Amino acid sequence: MPSLGATFGRGAATTTQWDIANADCVVIMGSNMAENHPVAFRFVMQAKEKGATIIHADPRFTRTSALCDIYAPVRAGSDIAFLGGLINYIINSERWQNDPFFHEYVVNYTNIATIIEDDFKDASELDGLFSGWEAEKLSYNVDSWQYRGMDIPATLAEAYVHPSTDDPDKMIEKQQELTRRLPPSDPTLKNPKCVYQILKRHYAPYTPEMVERVTGCPKETFLKVAETLLKNAGRERTGAWCYAVGWTHHTTGVQMIRAAAIVQCLLGNIGRPGGGILALRGHCSIQGSTDVPTLYNMLPGYLPQPSAMKPHKSFGRYVEVETPPTGWWHNFPKYIISLLRAWYGDAASPHNEWRYQWIPKMVADHSQEPMMLAIADGLIRGLLLIGQNPVVGGHNSKLVRKGLANLEWMVVRETFENETASFWYKSPEEDTNGAGARAQDIQTEIFLLPAALPGEKEGSFTNTQRLLQWHDKIVDPPGDCRSDLWFMFHLGKRLKQLYADSHAPEDEPIKNLTWDYPTQGAQDEPSADAVLKEINGYTWPERKQIDDFKELKDDGSTACGVWIYTGAYPRADFNHARSRKPDAPDGPGTHLDWGFAWPSNRRIMYNRASADADGKPWSERKRYMWWDADKQQWTGKDNPDFSSSKAPSYRPDFTQGPKKGVDAHDGKSPFMMSADGKAWIFVPSGLKDAPLPTHYEPVESPVRNPMYRQQDNPPVKKWARSDNVYHDVGDPQYPYVITTYRLTEHHSGAIPTRFVPSLAELQPEGFAEIPPELAAEKNIANLDWIVISTARGEIEGRALVTERLRPFEIAGRRIYQIGMPWHFGWQGYATGDVVNVLSAIVGDPNTTIHEGKAFTCNLRKGRLQLSSQGVAQS
Amino acid sequence: MSVHPRALEHTESGVIPQEAELTAGATIEPGRSYGFFTDTTLCIGCKACEVACKEWNELPAEEFKLTGHSYDNTGALSATTWRHVTFVEKLSETNGARAMNLQPFQSNWLMMSDVCKHCSPAPCLEACPTGALFRTEFDTVVVQQDICNGCGYCVPACPFGVVELNVPDGKAHKCTLCYDRLKGGLEPACAKACPTDSIQFGELSALHDRAHKRVESLHAHGRSDAYLYGAPDTAGATNGIDRLNAFFLLTDRPEVYNLPPEPSLPSRRVLPSLLTGLATMAGIAIAAIVALVGE
Repeated sequence: MPSLGATFGRGAATTTQWDIANADCVVIMGSNMAENHPVAFRFVMQAKEKGATIIHADPRFTRTSALCDIYAPVRAGSDIAFLGGLINYIINSERWQNDPFFHEYVVNYTNIATIIEDDFKDASELDGLFSGWEAEKLSYNVDSWQYRGMDIPATLAEAYVHPSTDDPDKMIEKQQELTRRLPPSDPTLKNPKCVYQILKRHYAPYTPEMVERVTGCPKETFLKVAETLLKNAGRERTGAWCYAVGWTHHTTGVQMIRAAAIVQCLLGNIGRPGGGILALRGHCSIQGSTDVPTLYNMLPGYLPQPSAMKPHKSFGRYVEVETPPTGWWHNFPKYIISLLRAWYGDAASPHNEWRYQWIPKMVADHSQEPMMLAIADGLIRGLLLIGQNPVVGGHNSKLVRKGLANLEWMVVRETFENETASFWYKSPEEDTNGAGARAQDIQTEIFLLPAALPGEKEGSFTNTQRLLQWHDKIVDPPGDCRSDLWFMFHLGKRLKQLYADSHAPEDEPIKNLTWDYPTQGAQDEPSADAVLKEINGYTWPERKQIDDFKELKDDGSTACGVWIYTGAYPRADFNHARSRKPDAPDGPGTHLDWGFAWPSNRRIMYNRASADADGKPWSERKRYMWWDADKQQWTGKDNPDFSSSKAPSYRPDFTQGPKKGVDAHDGKSPFMMSADGKAWIFVPSGLKDAPLPTHYEPVESPVRNPMYRQQDNPPVKKWARSDNVYHDVGDPQYPYVITTYRLTEHHSGAIPTRFVPSLAELQPEGFAEIPPELAAEKNIANLDWIVISTARGEIEGRALVTERLRPFEIAGRRIYQIGMPWHFGWQGYATGDVVNVLSAIVGDPNTTIHEGKAFTCNLRKGRLQLSSQGVAQS
Repeated sequence: MSVHPRALEHTESGVIPQEAELTAGATIEPGRSYGFFTDTTLCIGCKACEVACKEWNELPAEEFKLTGHSYDNTGALSATTWRHVTFVEKLSETNGARAMNLQPFQSNWLMMSDVCKHCSPAPCLEACPTGALFRTEFDTVVVQQDICNGCGYCVPACPFGVVELNVPDGKAHKCTLCYDRLKGGLEPACAKACPTDSIQFGELSALHDRAHKRVESLHAHGRSDAYLYGAPDTAGATNGIDRLNAFFLLTDRPEVYNLPPEPSLPSRRVLPSLLTGLATMAGIAIAAIVALVGE
């Protein structure tokens, strides 16, 4: 989550789900929380019962909207216009200008007063672009985005952020400025180059009238939202935001979240009870999968993945360019060396670069979407899928299937035979003379390996709130079903056996990998417990558990799998993730003994900000953490996310020599991960598309950008090709906006749900939701068959005509929007055409995440001509 | 640090005696009355209750068919669906525009988890000739499968259309209020699964108190349309039915949720029908006599 990472320092929800109950106002946007996070939604209901106002802004009226106090309809993909409108409204409001709370919070805790380079220009001056745009490279040179006279390393585990700078030493030297003085700032906020003044200029066009024109949300409703937010902010009141994949699945997704982060900074809502931003994750352990991670561009614990495109040739250089001089990330060498020690054991030493060269270096964008293109083009020969169903969940499903048919082999580990494992004989393309190959022509050798379900294995989930919760095994998996851990462990063992006699240097990493987890039982099940112990970290070679990442060393005397998880297994006999002791109703409500939350069991991150600049609670009602002057330490209901003995009055004394790490931060800098200790309203480095969120249209949109000449996100990742055609702006062949989503009743690719009768019956078939006005124009009645088409493909399904969808008046035109849940395929009891046949492969510049939430399509009454192409039963 | 006292008692055993004390705040003991308070204003239509019910009671799925009726694809309570969530979309204003004003808590898209009402007195139980239907020690109404002979008298007797004969075994089936779970100190599966506490299980007197307070609180929030259905002396507890042990908080007319506005105990209708019948017979007899005498 680069947006939360870039703004606050860590890419994770800043708060906990149960803390939402303490909010005075909850905004749900980019999320259908009641439907997709029903258990977390109970805390929204608890807040409501305590008097909070609940707001939902969404293209559709959903089960979430039904439980809210204010529903703001917004056209899919126009969120930044709405959020920019809020920013503009807030900073120009009388309340924000006059209540000293807001000034004290933003000037001390955010970079609003910081002065930016003189040659910086924002999108209001350059018609949708920022200074530094290099059109031929389709990327920004961010030199002009920096703090005046300094280079600011990103907080995103990639401190080296200036690919345009040929000389890394120059960058390192300019970063060292941070150790010599505090960044230039103007607490009066009058300097025309300070962030506040830039913010004011940049968002001036985002008036309530413009919000209505771009989003379709009535001005009155928008103003009601803005006033409610302001009313519920300040010393006595806080508001929380919840978002989910309704924001991330856009080519401007990172910037949507950024815009909400700015709103929360301006309102003083970060680090405080009932505040924060809750990133509602799309699966049960998706937070864990970015922490540990399964991402191609990060090592465990958000450490930078070595890249062939950066000065990462030697370990020394890699550490030099990736270690920021100030902020917590200054400790980076300790974490990477402890990781290499965990992976390569005694084979790693300071004399062999800790075996750094054994880690593969990135040579390109290796994320899922370009990977699918590479498979389709024959660049990748084998594919191993664990808990993935890309034929349903991957975008441009026909292209995905074309690629799978090109593979030599594919391993699918699943609990049921999913669409990906069965595409070769069941895919609608395979039994026609259409675009796809025929079954007998597909040479891909497919291995379907049965997987164990959660109750059949032990392990931990890391949920939305960074909480590790251990679960025990209830029963043995049946037959040949095995846990993923069993599979990976025994695969590793067999690979090691295979290469045991090899002397080839490229086989050294496999031969030397520490892979000594104890096994038990008839199936030789490896101990998940031992894995978590290694993730937590221990001393080397004694393997004595350590209880805090502050104990990790850069001399090889500690080994640690994921530094941020240190504390999850602090003693050999204590698995904190397995702890299940809730607070009593009269307790602090942070439930510190219920599971373990990274980092260091802190439940609300950046909680230094729950106290004022002097360390006193902002108010009795919102008391959380405070400075105990007698004991000279931070105390309260949570573990402090701050140097526990750093006094509010601390000022770095730069006359005594350079200050490194968090010593360069003063006592009122709650965001210790960032180089300057502040939350970044303005992001000088780390993001590829903008220092301030700006409204761009989705790549496929029925309208020209009403705000700027720049139509879509300038560095957006596009792969225009004959099997991945994009629609032109306003293409009359594809006049409707389509948004895709999930339903409560199914889980994502829906393999865990479509095969369960009691779930399948609840949403048994794919459908398209269409507004009655469009249905009337097309003469479509409820439950009629309709065909939905894009340049990528056509599918059929039944129409669900509902007033929950509505036409939007955008820039003087009526825009229709339809919606389709994307869970379905041909397998299981609940079936339907694969909706992602319609979508295109396209990516956010930062994350390469697709735009399944907003693209264009056409629709007609009737069925596909070849009835065999549809899989839903008539 | 203050830890919940019950959390310390059972850390390893896995079995928690009287678990309902922790999950529902209710001690389950024979001889007391238990039921459900289903507060529709908290319902998010997630259907966790339907799924939990089917999983616990091992009930089969209905037909896999899109009904086109909002998000309701199971249609109604039946012999194999003992919890059912009704969806009613109410987004039109009279002028054809979309309703933009929302009320606190659930509004504009009504969702209600329906269930057997466990009436007191229970019409189905009165109609049952075999004693298969009986009132349990928890004051709930249960069909004993080994006694039911499938006569089906209970089906038309139920004013709510809850009881149904199952085709495969020909017997009557309905919600048992998780009789087996109550005996083990567990709250019913649907209530335990409900994430927003729209379905609350407990002792009836406690539920009645809570429900009346909830109505007051909703009125104070401006929800003057909130009312109870099935609590004593409220709508739904009419015509001989003193109370529904599974009662509801509604914000629209009962018919909108597919509930009868004034359910009645069929036995109450026996005497008037009998008298009418007798009167008719008498009338015919008198007419016949008059006719005969006239001849």
